[in-house]
Amino acid sequence: MLARVRDWLDQRFGWAELIAPLKKKTVPSHRFSYWYFLGGITLFLFLIQVGTGILLLLYYRASANEAFESVQYIMTQVQFGWLVRSIHSWAANLMILTAFLHMFSVLFLRAYRKPRELTWVSGMVLLVLSLGFGFSGYLLPWNTLAFFATKVGTEVAGQVPLVGRWLVIFLRGGEEVTGATLTRFFGFHVALLPGITTIFLALHLLLVQRFGISVPPSVERERQAPGRGAHEIHFFPNFLLRELMAWYVALGVLGVLAALLPWELGTKADPFAPAPAGIKPEWYFMFMFQTLKMLPAKIWFIDGELLGVLIFAAAGLLWLLLPFFDPEGRGRAQHWILGAGIFALTYIAGMTAYAYMAK
Amino acid sequence: MNSPGRIELPAAPVAPRRRFVEFLLGGGLLASAISFLYPLLRYLIPPPAADLGSDTVIAGRVGELKRNTGKIFRFGSKPGLLILTAEGEYRALSATCTHLDCTVQYRGDLHEIWCACHNGLYDLNGRNISGPPPRPLEAYDVHVRGEEIVVNRRRGA
Repeated sequence: MLARVRDWLDQRFGWAELIAPLKKKTVPSHRFSYWYFLGGITLFLFLIQVGTGILLLLYYRASANEAFESVQYIMTQVQFGWLVRSIHSWAANLMILTAFLHMFSVLFLRAYRKPRELTWVSGMVLLVLSLGFGFSGYLLPWNTLAFFATKVGTEVAGQVPLVGRWLVIFLRGGEEVTGATLTRFFGFHVALLPGITTIFLALHLLLVQRFGISVPPSVERERQAPGRGAHEIHFFPNFLLRELMAWYVALGVLGVLAALLPWELGTKADPFAPAPAGIKPEWYFMFMFQTLKMLPAKIWFIDGELLGVLIFAAAGLLWLLLPFFDPEGRGRAQHWILGAGIFALTYIAGMTAYAYMAK
Repeated sequence: MNSPGRIELPAAPVAPRRRFVEFLLGGGLLASAISFLYPLLRYLIPPPAADLGSDTVIAGRVGELKRNTGKIFRFGSKPGLLILTAEGEYRALSATCTHLDCTVQYRGDLHEIWCACHNGLYDLNGRNISGPPPRPLEAYDVHVRGEEIVVNRRRGA
């Protein structure tokens, strides 16, 4: 039966010809290979987000009067609704985590070198889009924590010179965070961001496919030593099966977290209540949050916030263009990039830890 | 360049006409792009909300607040903070933190106004005294009219 389907396809599309490259495709195998699973796991978690997101759409209602109640309904009335929402929240957080780990592993294994500069850039765009997913999705349950986090987050956008005010009104759908903001964020979260992400994800995967998986320079040097050859494994089925095992482990971790630590809902947002103590954004914004918290109101003659936002924007831009400073992956630039990577990792980890420990 | 059997057309008389056609086409495309983009950009910005624009609001009733406590009241679309100080005096201020737009609260234990988001502190006159807030809170006038506590926006503010 399967053979007949294959024949049918082969006669019409030249199936055998189409999958021939896949049969020949090989993937480098070495002692750092495991780091390269992080990208695939991020992709897997993204697919879970698409699936669970569609399930949540069956019951979620995006208006200030109904959003909180509809999520409450999903979690208390709908069969396994609590699990679907918990998986969506947990997978979102794990996906950001694996995306960050993927980024740092690419940096430290110097996989961004020529010709893979654009793979890095498209990956960075995907990371920013993921943060956009996180920020817009955080508001959707319309709870107190999310309401004030959104107020602060959008107000930070207002610090951007010249277009800041315009940007805030665009994001909020008005001067204040209201039901209009919820409507917009819902649109961003389920239509705009998925559309853009699909394009960049396709590009990212296409580039990975085109250039193959990078071999770290240190491994490359060892392979040039006499008597040592390149070790490659077949993509199909060897690599694919390993990758699927990694996904299966990820699914196990996700299932355990979602089932044993169901995501909380909190209390419904009230625009006319003071911000409660312990207000905080998602953990992946914490390092920025903590930095803004620690900056004094005025530094010299510039507003502390403005300076903070400008520094983060400049750092982000440099980070995006990182491979262009070191296209060959050698020389002095390489040490600067390594230093920048270690500094960024230390800063993000340190500030995040500090934010959770300090009151 | 001159491959055999190919007729070279004189370039000079054609060029201006071609440039003119290109200009028309390019200009037309640009004009249509602008005529699409302008409404799109205007559409992205919501119409201004009908703020009833009242400069006066009834913030509460006498006896509603205990001494050394505060409450949030609606001032148009924004929150305001009404405080009855430990000395029994009413104060009213904007409740929107000047730092990043959170809603502040009165802390009876500190006798100060506190923002939970980034630990900003203001004194009872709304002056920013510690933490990240860059500016003081806008202070309002408070009058007691019968049983009602009336809050006015200050003129020229």
